[in-house]
Amino acid sequence: MLHYLQNLEVKTTREIAIENVSRRGMLGGLLAGTAFVLAFRVGPAEAREPLKPYPTGADGMPHKTVADPNVFISIDADGAVTIVTHRAEMGTGIRTSLPMVIADEMEADWSRVKLVQAQGDEPKYGNQDTDGSRSMRHFIQPMRQCGAAMRTMLEAAAAAKWGVDPSLVRAKNHEVILLDKNKKATGKALGFGELAEAAKALPVPAQETLLYKTPDEFTLMRKGEAKIADLRDITTGKAVYGADIRLPGMKYAVMARPPVLGGKMTKYDAAATLKTVGVEAVHEIEGVYKNPRGFAILGGIAVVANSTYAAITGKDALKIEWDHGANASYDSVVYDKEMTATAAEPGKVIRNQGDPDAAFKNASQVFSADYHAAHMAPAAMEPLVAIARVADGKAEVWAPIQSPYGARKDLAEALKMPIENVTVHVTLLGGGFGRKSKWDFMVEAALLAQKVGAPVLLQWTREDDMRNCFYHTVSVERIEAAIDDKGKVTGWRHRSVAPSIISTFKEDDGYSFPIEYGMGFVNTPFDVPNVRCENGKAMAHTRIGWFRSVSSIPHTFAVQSAVTEIAHQLGRDPKDFLLELIGPDRKLDIKALGFPEDFWNYGDPYESFPIDTSRLKNVIRIAAEKAGWGKKMPEKHGLGIAAHCAWSSYVATVVHAKIDADGVMRVPEVTTAIDCGFYVNPERIRSQLEGAAVMGMSNAVYSGITFKGGAVEQSNFTDYLIPSMSNYPQKVNVHIIDAPAGTHSGGVGEPAVAPFCAALANAVFAASKKRLRSMPMGEKVA
Amino acid sequence: MPTITVNGQNKDYSGDANMPLLWYLRDELNLTGTKYGCGVGVCGACTVHVDGVAMRSCLTTASEAAGKNITTIEGLSEDGEHPVQKAWRELSVPQCGFCQAGQIMQAASLLQKNRAPSDEQIVEEMSGNLCRCGCYQRIHDAVRLAAGGA
Repeated sequence: MLHYLQNLEVKTTREIAIENVSRRGMLGGLLAGTAFVLAFRVGPAEAREPLKPYPTGADGMPHKTVADPNVFISIDADGAVTIVTHRAEMGTGIRTSLPMVIADEMEADWSRVKLVQAQGDEPKYGNQDTDGSRSMRHFIQPMRQCGAAMRTMLEAAAAAKWGVDPSLVRAKNHEVILLDKNKKATGKALGFGELAEAAKALPVPAQETLLYKTPDEFTLMRKGEAKIADLRDITTGKAVYGADIRLPGMKYAVMARPPVLGGKMTKYDAAATLKTVGVEAVHEIEGVYKNPRGFAILGGIAVVANSTYAAITGKDALKIEWDHGANASYDSVVYDKEMTATAAEPGKVIRNQGDPDAAFKNASQVFSADYHAAHMAPAAMEPLVAIARVADGKAEVWAPIQSPYGARKDLAEALKMPIENVTVHVTLLGGGFGRKSKWDFMVEAALLAQKVGAPVLLQWTREDDMRNCFYHTVSVERIEAAIDDKGKVTGWRHRSVAPSIISTFKEDDGYSFPIEYGMGFVNTPFDVPNVRCENGKAMAHTRIGWFRSVSSIPHTFAVQSAVTEIAHQLGRDPKDFLLELIGPDRKLDIKALGFPEDFWNYGDPYESFPIDTSRLKNVIRIAAEKAGWGKKMPEKHGLGIAAHCAWSSYVATVVHAKIDADGVMRVPEVTTAIDCGFYVNPERIRSQLEGAAVMGMSNAVYSGITFKGGAVEQSNFTDYLIPSMSNYPQKVNVHIIDAPAGTHSGGVGEPAVAPFCAALANAVFAASKKRLRSMPMGEKVA
Repeated sequence: MPTITVNGQNKDYSGDANMPLLWYLRDELNLTGTKYGCGVGVCGACTVHVDGVAMRSCLTTASEAAGKNITTIEGLSEDGEHPVQKAWRELSVPQCGFCQAGQIMQAASLLQKNRAPSDEQIVEEMSGNLCRCGCYQRIHDAVRLAAGGA
C-alpha cells in the first residue's frame, strides 16, 4: 500500500497542462472525432478516456454481443472476482485473454480473479461461435465496456459510502481509494469485496458515459506477462478436455459410420460384437439423408461397453454392408484433372475491373500457372468426443465445442425438447481448427444416451475423426498475368475452382460464396488496372467445412507464389516486386475496383476495417528487414516471402528453407510480422504465430486427404502426416506491430497460416530452382 | 491376480489381459491426464513411464504392465514441481495443452537417462510426440531449460 501511494505521489506530478476542462465536457465535445480520444488529465495520472464505439461484424452474428458487467463479473464479499469466459478455449489463449481485458479495465488484481467457463447460452452472453478469428475482434469493446462499467459502479458505491463526489475516488488494484480535493490519496480505501453488494445494486452506466483506462495505465493488456489460466492444470494432468468428465453409471461407446458420404447401411451382423467382453449393447443410429446436410449426423452402429477398449474391440468385430450411394465415384486423381480442365476455361465472373481481355491481348509477355491443393483435415490432437446424459426430459452434454449454442439448439431439436431443458457444458478443446464448430458428434452422443438410458461417453477413434470430417476444400487456382513492355503488370486473372463450404448448407450449384471469395481472392490488393476474378464450377462429393485459414490457404498459396514467380520471370527482387504490385499507400476503393456488391470483409463493416495497403506494405518491409532479406544465402538455402491481409489483420512471412543432402527441405527460421491493430496478449499472439508456421508447413508439405471410391484413403497419423520435431519451422521470430492507438483489433488465429505455404514454396525455389505448385509438396525436393 | 503399480499404488488387475494400459488408466482408474490421440503409438499423447521409461500406453497391454511401476502425469511429482513441469510453465509451452502430458512424460524420461541431452538427442527423443498446435519450438526450449541449459 505504501509503495503504491508513493508511486501515486510521483505520478500526480505529471499532470497535463490544460486544466479546468471537465471530463464530461471533453466527452461531449470530442466524441465525434477520432475513435480514441485522449482525455486531458485533471486528476491523478491514471488518466481515463472516452472511447467512441466502432461497428464490427459482431452485429451480424447471432445474438451479437452482450456488455453487461453483471453477466460477466461477480465479486464476493471477500473480494474474489469471478469472470465468465464465454468463448471456447482451443489453444488460442482466449479463455485467458478476454477476462484479462475485463480485469484490467476494472482494476482487478489478476491474482484474485477466478474464471468460469460459460455454458452455451448466447441470449445471455452474446455470440459464442469461437471461430473466424473473431473473439478479440468482436469482444474487445464489450469486454472493456464491462470492466469500465464495473469499475465505475465500484467507484460510485465508494463515493456514496464516503459521502463524497465520485470525482474524489479512484479504483486501483482491487480497491477504491479516497482522494482529497487536490486529488491526492488520503490513505483511505475500500476493497472491492466491501463495495461489491452496493455496486451491484447500482444501475449499469451507459456506454457513452464511461471512461476507459489509457494504454499507459494498463496492467494486463498489451503486457503478455500473465500466464494462461490453465497452465498449471495442463502441466499436471488436471485440465479437463472432452473425454475427461466422469459421470456415475457412465458407459463408453464408439460408432461405425458410413465410409462414403450419403452411404446407407443395408445389413449388419453384431453377433461377434455382442460376444466381446465388456460390450453391453449395440444400437442403430439412424442417419440423416437430407440435402443440404448441414451438420446432420451420418448414422451407423454404436457399440456401448464398459470401457472404450471394449467398445473399440466390439466395433472392429461388426460386419456391416453399405450402399455407398452417389458419392462412391469420388476419386481425387480424377477430380483434380477435372478441376484443372475447368480452370483452363472462363468461369463465372466475380470481380471485373477494367478490360483484362485487352490487357492480355496487348501484353508483351504473360505469366500463367496452376496451383493445386489437396483436401485437408483439421485433425486436432483430441479426436471428437462428447458425453451426454439424457433423463427426465432433460439433457446435459459435455463437449469440446467451438459453437455451444448452435449445438444446444440442434440438440434440443434432435431430442425434441425445449431448449431450456438442454445444457451444453464447454470443456477445454484439445485443438479445434474449425472441425469442432460442427456438433454432429454431440447429437450422436445425446441420441445414443437417450437410447441407452445411461450417461454415455461417445469417443471417435482417430480413424473416425480422419474419415468423417468436414474437409478443407480441394482446389485448383489458375493465375495469369499480362505484362507490358516496361515490365508492368497490366492484367491479372485469377480463376478459382474448389467445391464450396456452402454446399453443406444449401443446394450445391458448384460455385463458391462470398465468404470464400473474400479470403484473398477478390480482395487481392494489387495496383493493377485490369483484374478479373472468375470462379469455375466444382461440385462437392464430401462434406466441405472450414479449417483454420479456410480459403485463404489455396488463394494465398496461388497469389503469393505467382508474385514471386512473376518477379523471377522479370528478373526482379520478389519483395520489391510485391511492394510495387501493391502500389501506393491507400485504402482500397472497393467500388472503383469492381469488387462484388456482396463483398465479404471477414464479416466486418468495410468502413471500420478498410483494406489499408500501407499496413500491408509495412509488415512486408518489417518481416523482410528482420529476416535479413537480400543477404547472401549459403548454397541450397533460400528465402521466400509472402503476405496476406485477412481477418482484418496484416501478415507477412519470410521463410528460410534449406535443402539437405538427402533432398529433404527444412525450415531453420521463419520471420513473421503481424499488424492486428490494438492487440491484447502479445505472448499468446506469438504462440499463435509460431503454431501457424507449423500448421502452414503441415498444409504445404505433409497433410493431404484423398478419396478413392468415395472413401477417404487416410486413416491416422501414419498416413495423414503432420510435422514432428524431426522437421518443423525451428525458429519462428514474431514481430507484432505496435499499431497506433485507435487501430481496431483484427484477428490473430488464422491470418498467418495462409502465407506460410507460398513463402515456403518461394524459399524452396530460391534454394533449389524447383517450383512446387501442388500442396502437399512432400518434404523431398526431387 | 496380477498387480500393476500405478503412481506408487498397487492395483489388482482382473480384466482383459490385452486391454491397453491407456484405457485401464482412463476408464477404470479415472486417471484422465493420459490422453488418447491415435491408438497406434504414433502421436505420443498417451505417454507414461513404465519402470521409469517413456512408453506408449496405447500399445502397452495390461499384461505387459503387470508387475511394473507405472507413472502417469498425475504421479510425475507430488506437487507438480518436476523440473520439466516447471520449465513448461516458465516458457508457456502449451497452446491447447492436449498433447502436453505426453510431451512432459517423454521429456522427463529423456532427462532421467540423459541429464544433458544435445539438441539432436532432444529431437530424436521428442520427435514421436506430435503437437497439432505447433508448440515444438517451445517444447525444445523447455527440455533444454529443464536440463539446466538456457
